[in-house]
Amino acid sequence: MKVAKLARLDLAPDAIERTTAQLAGMLEHFADIDALDLDTVQPMTQPYPLQNVFRDDVVVNGLDRDEVLAAAPASEDGRFRVPPILGLDS
Amino acid sequence: MTARTASEIAAGVRSGTLAAAEVLEQHLDRIAAREGEVHAFNLVMTDQARRDAAAVDAAVAAGHDPGPLAGVPLALKDNMCTRGIETTCSSKILEGWKPPYDATVVTRLAAAGAVVVGKTNLDEFAMGSSTENSAFGPTRNPLDITRVPGGSSGGSAAAVAAGFASVSLGSDTGGSIRQPAALCGVVGVKPTYGYVSRYGLVAFASSLDQIGPFTNTVHDAALLLDVIGGHDPMDSTSIPDQHPSLLDAIRRDVVGLRVGRITDLPDGADPDVTERLEAAFDALREAGAKIVDVQVPAFGYGLTAYYLIAPSEASSNLARYDGVRYGLRVERPDTNAMYSATRAAGFGDEVKRRIMLGTYALSAGYYDAYYGKALKVRRLIADDFDRAYEHADVLLTPTAPTVAFPFGSKTDNPLAMYLCDVYTIPTNLAGHPGMSVPFGTGQHGLPVGVQVLAATLGEPTMFRAAAALERAMS
Repeated sequence: MKVAKLARLDLAPDAIERTTAQLAGMLEHFADIDALDLDTVQPMTQPYPLQNVFRDDVVVNGLDRDEVLAAAPASEDGRFRVPPILGLDS
Repeated sequence: MTARTASEIAAGVRSGTLAAAEVLEQHLDRIAAREGEVHAFNLVMTDQARRDAAAVDAAVAAGHDPGPLAGVPLALKDNMCTRGIETTCSSKILEGWKPPYDATVVTRLAAAGAVVVGKTNLDEFAMGSSTENSAFGPTRNPLDITRVPGGSSGGSAAAVAAGFASVSLGSDTGGSIRQPAALCGVVGVKPTYGYVSRYGLVAFASSLDQIGPFTNTVHDAALLLDVIGGHDPMDSTSIPDQHPSLLDAIRRDVVGLRVGRITDLPDGADPDVTERLEAAFDALREAGAKIVDVQVPAFGYGLTAYYLIAPSEASSNLARYDGVRYGLRVERPDTNAMYSATRAAGFGDEVKRRIMLGTYALSAGYYDAYYGKALKVRRLIADDFDRAYEHADVLLTPTAPTVAFPFGSKTDNPLAMYLCDVYTIPTNLAGHPGMSVPFGTGQHGLPVGVQVLAATLGEPTMFRAAAALERAMS
């Protein structure tokens, strides 16, 4: 339930129950790595060691604003339009 | 007409002896005849393909060279952006979305004269091993329509196997090119991480995703990778070095090549699959290679590391589908409720499962126990491979544990489905290249693939071994 909320997924109670059972089964399988001694192992975050990738400092055009906004569910005055964020009773 | 390879089509079209329009119509005819039962495509781009083929023929008539893929009918997995053309990732959350830009691979293919015939079906957001997770219905294996084509690039594999396209592109995060290639009896390549630009590939797990080809021959795969590979400033993980030509590499034989057998490979492959693997070792030995035993002790822990790392990255990458900038929005009075309702309606079960698994693995209090530990296991696997590659130039394994399986046989048990990728996943974690080559048939006369693995940027050597396997089968 808490994970679904963190993941911004509005799930029905039966879906939460089913998913909880499936995730528990997976986590049980994933316990196989608890057998490994990992204290001295450095975590690997990228498969190919590139650092500080910069492009040349030249001006290039970005995406066309109208084309981008045309794909949005709602837009107004050249911006994305969303429902209210503040000012509602929680 | 006999099915021509991409290399033959391009040579014919460039020399003016073959019309791109005629080649295209032959492929469209096959689509018309069998797409109804196979369902390889989310979108067939008949009109645009006809315009593109006509433009290729016009260029040849005007004395210009359209490029190394002149007139080659090609299918694109529907997670690669095509400007102004629907790109869905087989998800309801992106249904109808028309990207404002082309993926780098799409730009390079067009510049090389390829003709895109359509966008192929996949497991939603490339999460799956059977293409049963598509929001638009499953793809069927053209060799036996009661069975899955594999996944997640099942549509791309099926399109080539059915002759709907001469070649296609897929993406491979944990085996999503190699496994369907094996199950459909075609060649499939996952290049070194960074070999092909990911710009315009809709992200699933960014440290693992890589684009690669499906083809009927090893030569065609080399041709395609020579076109789409190479540095791209739009992808900051793109390898800056120039890649050597793979078309040159496959001309070399395998005399003296050291081919590794992983003696501690996890069990689980069916006997018909291991029998074909043994035949592959024999074939390479007869071609002059030396078979050596190697160990990769952490190989078996790949599944766990992958199913913690990939969902973690996915939970972050898929946060962008929030109903604000593109795709589906389910209206609610406030933004947070709109996010949650949109995502619940737009994502399928497997995608939700992985987002939640990743959210859990990254959450406060569990990060070190799951995600952090998985990153360390990833290092162990890469280090083990590095030691194995001191003794061997390539490694051979099965691509998938079984031949193509019937629909529904693994859908109720996510873990059983995940085990389809037990032999392909470790390569993605290490960032190495791997490819599946069809090597005869197993149960029910269905194809079996043998996987050739190599170290980082070991593509030339990997392709040499793959070409030798192909020669042994011809």
